[in-house]
Amino acid sequence: MNLTALTIGQARERLRRKDFTARELVEAYIRAMEAARPLNVYLVETPERALAAAAQSDARLQKGDALPLDGVPLAVKDLFCTEGVETTAGSKVLGGFVPPYESTVTANLWRNGALMLGKVNLDEFAMGSATITSARGPTENPWRRKGDNRPLVPGGSSGGSASAVAARAALAATGTDTGGSIRQPASFCGIVGLKPTYGRCSRWGIVAFASSLDQAGPMTRDVRDAAIMLRAMAGHDPKDSTSAPMPVPDFENAVGQSIKGLRIGIPKEYRLDGMPKEIETLWQRGIDWIKSAGATAVDISLKMTKYALATYYIIAPAEASSNLARYDGVRFGLRVPGETLDAMYENTRGQGFGAEVRRRVLIGTYVLSAGYYDAYYLKAQKVRTLIARDFNEAFKSCDAILTPTAPSAAFAVGEKMDDPIAMYLNDVFTVPVNLAGLPGISVPAGLSQDGLPLGLQVIGKAFDEETVLRVAGVLEDAAKFDALPAFVAGTA
Amino acid sequence: MALDKATVARIAALARIKVPAAEIDSLAEELSKILTWVEQLNEIDVTGVEPMTAVAHARPPLREDTVTDGGIRDKVLANAPETTGGFFVVPKVVE
Amino acid sequence: MTALIKGRTGEWEVVIGLEVHAQVISNAKLFSGAATDFGAEPNTQVSFIDAAFPGMLPVLNRFCVEQAVKTGLGLDAEIHLQSVFDRKNYFYADLPAGYQISQFSRPVVGKGSIVLDVPDGTTRAIGITRVHLEQDAGKSLHDQHPSKTYVDLNRAGVALMEIVSEPDLRTAEEAGAYLRKLRSILRYLGTCDANMEEGNLRCDCNVSVRKPGGKLGTRCEIKNVNSVRFVMQAIEYEARRQIEVIEEGGAVVQETRLFDSGKGVTRAMRTKEESHDYRYFPDPDLLPLTLDAAWVERLKASLPELPDAKKARFMRDYKLSASQASALVAEQETADEFEKLQGRVAKVVLISPSTTANTVINVVSFIAGERGMTPAQFIRMNDVHGALILQQKNVISGRMLKEVLEGVAESTKSAEAFVDEKGLKQVTDTGAIEAAIDAVLAKEPAKVAEYRAGKEKLLAFFVGQIMKATQGKANPALVNELLKKKLAG
Repeated sequence: MNLTALTIGQARERLRRKDFTARELVEAYIRAMEAARPLNVYLVETPERALAAAAQSDARLQKGDALPLDGVPLAVKDLFCTEGVETTAGSKVLGGFVPPYESTVTANLWRNGALMLGKVNLDEFAMGSATITSARGPTENPWRRKGDNRPLVPGGSSGGSASAVAARAALAATGTDTGGSIRQPASFCGIVGLKPTYGRCSRWGIVAFASSLDQAGPMTRDVRDAAIMLRAMAGHDPKDSTSAPMPVPDFENAVGQSIKGLRIGIPKEYRLDGMPKEIETLWQRGIDWIKSAGATAVDISLKMTKYALATYYIIAPAEASSNLARYDGVRFGLRVPGETLDAMYENTRGQGFGAEVRRRVLIGTYVLSAGYYDAYYLKAQKVRTLIARDFNEAFKSCDAILTPTAPSAAFAVGEKMDDPIAMYLNDVFTVPVNLAGLPGISVPAGLSQDGLPLGLQVIGKAFDEETVLRVAGVLEDAAKFDALPAFVAGTA
Repeated sequence: MALDKATVARIAALARIKVPAAEIDSLAEELSKILTWVEQLNEIDVTGVEPMTAVAHARPPLREDTVTDGGIRDKVLANAPETTGGFFVVPKVVE
Repeated sequence: MTALIKGRTGEWEVVIGLEVHAQVISNAKLFSGAATDFGAEPNTQVSFIDAAFPGMLPVLNRFCVEQAVKTGLGLDAEIHLQSVFDRKNYFYADLPAGYQISQFSRPVVGKGSIVLDVPDGTTRAIGITRVHLEQDAGKSLHDQHPSKTYVDLNRAGVALMEIVSEPDLRTAEEAGAYLRKLRSILRYLGTCDANMEEGNLRCDCNVSVRKPGGKLGTRCEIKNVNSVRFVMQAIEYEARRQIEVIEEGGAVVQETRLFDSGKGVTRAMRTKEESHDYRYFPDPDLLPLTLDAAWVERLKASLPELPDAKKARFMRDYKLSASQASALVAEQETADEFEKLQGRVAKVVLISPSTTANTVINVVSFIAGERGMTPAQFIRMNDVHGALILQQKNVISGRMLKEVLEGVAESTKSAEAFVDEKGLKQVTDTGAIEAAIDAVLAKEPAKVAEYRAGKEKLLAFFVGQIMKATQGKANPALVNELLKKKLAG
C-alpha cells in the first residue's frame, strides 16, 4: 500500500477506517524524507517528534476521538518559529536560533493533531522566487524537463515546501506568500498553493519579511487538502494587530460546489507581450473549463497591473529593511565581533546576510531615506491604493478572477541568476494580489512542452476563500492533472 | 536613479551592513538598475490618492492594562551570543 | 517680560523649547504585557516582543492611550481622533528592534498650552506643539566593564509621552517654572509620576540665541537633563556659550550636547552624530488609531480639578493671594489637605483660610521637610487641626505653634495633650505678664534709660527677654501692649 500517494482527504478517511495507523503513515513519510535528501529540502528533520505525535494521534483514533489533522505529517517552512527546533529563515544571521515559542499558525496545526516531519528550505528571509538564496544551498525541483537532466528550481520562496509536497516527502506543507511565494512554487512543482486574504492567518511567530504583505498558507496535493489545512491554520489572533476578527468557515464545504452562474473575470492586462504561447493556451483552456461548468467569462480591466511589480519592489524592501534591523548579533543568531558596537553590527550583518537580502535591505533603506521617501515609498503606497481600487472595481462585475500563475514553467538552476530584475518578473501575476490583500490560489492545470507543470491562479474577494476554492475545485476536476515528477521520494 | 559609490557607502552605513570595497561598484550598479526600474511609477498621476496605510479591517485591537508577560529572563537570554549577570553584553559604546 | 542677556556686543534674547519625555503610569508596557515597575532585576520585565525576537508583534495598550489623551486634555490641547504609529529607525544597543515605535506625522495630541505663574502675579501661556506616544528604550550600562556595555531591556517598550513645547520660553527661570507646572499637571492627572530623579521625566532642551527682533538663531539640543535645577543651569550655560561663540566671530554649530552636571557645562557628544536619518514610515504591524469622540468627551468630564482651576477657586472662594494659592496647588495632596484642614478647624473656631494657608505653606512644610515627609503626609499623621484650634482660641500663642507641631510629631500625642503635658499654655494673665515685665525692666535699668531717651529698637530686646522669662508662653500682643505702657512710664 503506497501510503504517501494519499491526499489528506483520503488518508483521513482510511485512518478512521483503521486501514493503517498514524504511526505507519508517519514512518512512510520519514523514509520519504530521508530519500528526498538529494533535493536539499529539509534543513532540520524531526522524526522522533513526529513519531511521538503519531502515537497521540493513534490513541485518539483508537477511541474514535480523532482531530481533523490527526496523523498528517507536515513540512514546515523554516520561516515559522517552532519551539525548541532550530529556525533560521534560511539565513546565516539567524544560525543556531532556537525559538522559545511556537508560531500561532503551527500551534493551530499541532492543536488539530497534525505532526511535524521537519523544517524545510526557503529563499533567505523569504526573499526570492527560486529558493536559490538560502544559506543552506538551493533546493531542487523534483520535476525535470523531458530529456534533460539539469536540476530545476522549485520556485520560491517556499521552494522547500513545494518540493517536499511534490516529491511526496510530506503530505502537505506550510508556506508564506509575500509576492507569490506560495503560488509560484506551487505552479513550478505541480501542486496546489493557497495564499489566504491578508489577516486570515496570524503572522505571530513568523519571521517577518514585509509586514503588510506576508501571509501564511497551505501547500498541498489537491484543493480539498488546501481547504482542510486552511481551516486549521486560520483564525483571529489577538497577538497580531493585523489579524482579522473574522470567523473561520468550514472551507471544505466549498470544494466540489458548482460554479454555475458565477462570473469569472479575465483581466486583459495579464496578457503580456512575449508571454509564452503555452501559458496563453493554458489560460484559454481554463476559461473553457469554467464555461463548461456553467460560469461566464467576463472581460475585466486591472489597469495598474503593469506597475504592480515596481510598487512591490519599493514597499516590500522598505518594510524588510526595518524588519531585519533586529538581526544585529546581540540577542540571537550570528555575532561577528567588532571593535565597537557599530563595527559588530556591520560585520555581523555584512557576513550574515546573503546578496539578495543585502540588495533588498539597501533598496529599502534608500527608498525610506530623507529626500526620497515621498518620491518612492509614499508614491508606491498611493499606487497600491490604485491597484486595490482596480480589484474593487473589477469585483463589481465578477465573483472571481482567473489568470495564469507564473509567466513560465520552472527554469534551470543558473538561468536568470545574473539579473535580479529578470528574477523579479517571475512574480508578475502574483504580486498584485498581495498588494491588494486578496486571496489567491494556484492549481496545477497542465504541462509545458518540456513536460513541466503549469498552474492557473484564481483570485477572490477579500475573505471569500470559499469562492476561490469553489472555482479551484472545478479547474482541478477539469484538468485531471495526474502527472508525477521525475523524482518521487515516497515509495512509487 | 544612478547611485554613486558614496551614496551606496552611506546607505550601507545607515543599514549597518559592511560591504567589502571590492563589491561596492557592482552593488552600486545593481541597485541603480533596480531603482531605475522602479521609477516607472513616475508615469502615474496620484493626485488626490491616499496612501494605503493598512490592508482592510478597521480599528487596531487594544489590550487591557494587565501584566501578562515578562519574568522569563532565562528564555530571553538563552539565544544570546554573550551575557553576564542577567545582562546582554555588547562592545562598549562611548557617549 | 523677556529677560535679556548682556553680551559684549549688546543684548541677546534666548529662545528655549523643551521636549519632555514622561513615562506613562500603567501596569504594562505600551505594546507588550511585561511589567513597568522601577528597579527590577535586569531583563526580568522583558517579553519577547520587547526583545524584538523574530516574528514578534506589537499590540497597543488601551490604558496608555487613555493616559495620553488625558494628558492632552489637561494641557488644553486638541485631541486627534485619528493618529498613526510610525517606526523611527536607528541602531543602538538598547533598541532591540533597530526601530522605536513612535508617532511622527500624526500624533494623538496636537496644540495646547501651559500657563506659567509669573512672580508679579500675572500669567504667561507657553504653547505646546504636540504630545505623542512612543516606546522607551532599554538601559545601557557603560561603566561596568572597561570594554563592554551591559544592556538591560526592562525599560524597553515602556510607554512614554513626548511633550513638545513651542519655543516660547525665554529664560532659564521660565524653563524651570514650565517644568514644575507640567510636573504638577501630570501628577494631578495621574498620568506620570514626573519624578526626574527616578528618571520618569526627562528633558531635552533646545536653546538658541538672537538679537531682539532678529531671526531665530541656530539651536543646539541638550539631551536627557534629569533635574529642574540642571535644566536651568544647562540653559544658562548654553546661552552664554552660544553668545560668546557668536561675539568672537564664530557661528553656532547645530549639534546635540550633553550637560555635565559635575562641571556645570554642556559639551558636544563624543559619538559623531550623523544627522540622523530616521526613515519614519507608518508601522505596518499596527493599524491607525481611531478614537471615539464621545469617549474623549467622557474622559474630559472625568478629569480632576487641575492646578490652574484649583488656584482660581482658592483665590476666589478662600480669598487667598495668587502666591498662596500657587504654593498650595503645586501638589494636589497639599491642596486637598489644606481644604480639609480649613474645614475641620473652621467648624470649631473662627479661622481665616489665609491663616491656614500660611500655616501649611510656612510651618508645616518646613517641619514635614525636616522629617522627609510631604506636608500632606504630615497633616494626615499629626494633629495639625488640633494645634490650629488651640492657636485660634489663644490657648497657645502664634509663636508657640511651631514648637507644638514639632512636639506632636515626636510624641504622637494630640496637640491638646501635648500642650497640657508640657505646660505650654499661653500666659494671658495680665498680672503674671506685668510681673515678668517688671522683673526684666528692673534688671536692665541702663537699657530702659536708653529706650526712654529714644533708642526705640530696644523694644524688641525687652520683648525677647520677657519671652525668655516666660518660656515663650506670654501672649505677644499683651506683652507689647503692657510693656509699652510700662516703658512710657
